Amino acid sequence: MTAKLVMQNNMKNIYFDNAATTKLDDEVLQEMIPYLKENYGNASSIYKLGRESRKAVEDSREKIAKVLNCKPNEIYFTAGGSESDNTAIKGIARANKAKGNHIITSKIEHPAVLETCKELEKEGFEVSYISVDENGILNLEELKQAIKPETVLITIMFANNEIGTIQPIEEIGKIAKENKIYFHTDAVQAIGNVKIDVQELNIDSLSLSGHKFYGPKGIGALYVKNGVKFDKYISGGHQERNKRAGTENVAGIVGMGKAIELAYRDIDEHNKKIKELRDYYVEQVKEKIPYIKINGDMEKRLPGNSNISFRFIEGEGLLLNLDLKAICASSGSACTSGSLDPSHVLLAIGLPHEIAHGSLRIAIGKYNTKEDVDYLVENLVEIVNRLREMSPLWESFIEGENN
Amino acid sequence: MEYSDKVVEHYTNPRNVGKIEDASGVGEVGNPVCGDIMKMFIKVENNVIVDVKFKTFGCGAAIATSSISTEMIKGKTLEEALALKNNDVVNALDGLPPVKIHCSVLAEEAIHEAIADYYRKEGKLTEEEIKEKCNLKEHYCEHCSL
Repeated sequence: MTAKLVMQNNMKNIYFDNAATTKLDDEVLQEMIPYLKENYGNASSIYKLGRESRKAVEDSREKIAKVLNCKPNEIYFTAGGSESDNTAIKGIARANKAKGNHIITSKIEHPAVLETCKELEKEGFEVSYISVDENGILNLEELKQAIKPETVLITIMFANNEIGTIQPIEEIGKIAKENKIYFHTDAVQAIGNVKIDVQELNIDSLSLSGHKFYGPKGIGALYVKNGVKFDKYISGGHQERNKRAGTENVAGIVGMGKAIELAYRDIDEHNKKIKELRDYYVEQVKEKIPYIKINGDMEKRLPGNSNISFRFIEGEGLLLNLDLKAICASSGSACTSGSLDPSHVLLAIGLPHEIAHGSLRIAIGKYNTKEDVDYLVENLVEIVNRLREMSPLWESFIEGENN
Repeated sequence: MEYSDKVVEHYTNPRNVGKIEDASGVGEVGNPVCGDIMKMFIKVENNVIVDVKFKTFGCGAAIATSSISTEMIKGKTLEEALALKNNDVVNALDGLPPVKIHCSVLAEEAIHEAIADYYRKEGKLTEEEIKEKCNLKEHYCEHCSL
């Protein structure tokens, strides 16, 4: 290992990737520990040890139901956001196939939704992918136009994971209700940042994931309104009202319940704090680095999210250099996605490839401080300058400016 | 995806970054759509590459392959430089992740284009001869056929 890597390993991480995952809250961990140690009973067992686990699972279900304003028996525990999306979309589509085979979604969904829709296309479903405007907000007119007698499901994300835009969920809920179409929303990024009342918003189904709001990984939940038919996705035992087989992840469920309770207890204060830090970051970048593009609507947006393209440089190089300073962030560059195309979200808002390649997502979380942001900006200025000095695109741009 | 220490070392401290104002040959390959552009400048004296500089827009692997390949051709004859294969660059970096192998191809092609540019300026060879000698390709990006 090089001396630099050793040094890096000893540095404190400055974590700005809170849309990818969040640090487990200590209070959440404390609640979980008994269920990883002495309270190891299977929640389906009838003896006391099992009954204790059952009670913990049901308490958590109530906490989640309270936040969403639904009934506890409308909450199903899953292994995470992707499973919730798969269960809701495949489950509702398949169970209602007799009514129709058409699904409406958007072009900027998470892969857990997009890939699920593509699989359903192979099964004979037809899917409409609705576009978004240059700010990443869904085109509602296009959505209305796409509705057909065969439409059984609309699935639109609550908030986008890359550019943080919050979609017009209330309007979509109304449109779905008027047309008697089920409405599912992937709220994985929104939970913990936005107050959501599923009844007020006419949401029939909603996915959430524990680790996005300082809870544990590997646990999620799916809300499905009573009366909405959906096929089970994991077959086996009769857990979760016979809708999701598998022994309950009791510690995970307990942790997620505690995490959601904490998130909504402090939500106004939390949002104010991270929005202030996010705005401070964006202002600092605007002031100190020229030739940038801020991606996504700045008003209808998650409080901690920022997505900025630094022209003439490529995102992976930027991330690697930030990593050397122990700064954790994310990019929509092709090189970081493992594919050859940059982020489908950035392309959907109309960014040219070369600008999409240079994007940096900073997702502020509750543990970030102003000092963290200052450290980030200071390093960003230096790294962007250095990479631009190295970039042939920058060279030809500057030569063009001078002529 | 894991980069070798050698790759990390090269993108952290890239060698020979910059341009040569009175370059004997300049080669540019890649395109901004794919997210990789390499520009290679060479200074040739008596058939030997006496100086080489590069500018690269791209990921860590693109920067590291540019950097190490400039080191590998500096002081070499044009024939020796043309014999450098992308695999040699990959080996010199202690390997690259599979999705990044195309970066080493770009480095090889940038060197070939720079040498071809030198031959064109020198004016002794026909375009056909240059194309053959430098193994020039129509498409630089094997992935997106741009």
